[in-house]
Amino acid sequence: MTVMVSIALALLCGAALLVTVRLVRGPAALDRIVALDTLVTLIISGTVVGTVIRSDGISGHVLVVLALLGFIGTIAAARLVERREDMR
Amino acid sequence: MSGVREVVGVVLMLGGALFSLLAGVGMLRFADTVSRLHAASKAQTLGLLLVLVGAAVHEGGPSAPPLLLIGVFMLVTAPVMGHVVARIAYRTDAVARERLTVDQLGDRLSRQDAAEPPPR
Repeated sequence: MTVMVSIALALLCGAALLVTVRLVRGPAALDRIVALDTLVTLIISGTVVGTVIRSDGISGHVLVVLALLGFIGTIAAARLVERREDMR
Repeated sequence: MSGVREVVGVVLMLGGALFSLLAGVGMLRFADTVSRLHAASKAQTLGLLLVLVGAAVHEGGPSAPPLLLIGVFMLVTAPVMGHVVARIAYRTDAVARERLTVDQLGDRLSRQDAAEPPPR
């Protein structure tokens, strides 16, 4: 059973790799912001799956904070890019 | 009984991880920022939701409510994030306008810009 869950974790790592490539290559600043937000979501999924593998308690409250901060950070960064011409 | 619960949890988590992988592929393959938002907001949120529900089913008991709370938050915030980033992408010309078939925001913006100058 843990093998299957480790496959899920491997898939998530693959997804993180792909998004990191977009983060590096993204022409516009907004692509990088979107990629970072996707990475935050991937971190949450990875933490949940990783904790299920090790079967110790999932501290969901930390992840709720991370989900909210990821969202607020994305909105703030996007607004910053809109305001500042030079950061396009 | 717990065998069935574990199997269902693991299958859901695998599906969620697969959707996250698809979101990653979508982020890489799509042409411009706005179409990448499809992958980043839709597929990624669905992947996360499946992983969360799978973990909640697999673990059960006390650790399930916070996980489902994250899922609800993501369901609420993902559309808002997509909307804000897409609008900003449009205003900062990160959108290939010739690819758009319907351009409602352009007409509204031009009317709005005619009324008062944009906040530069």
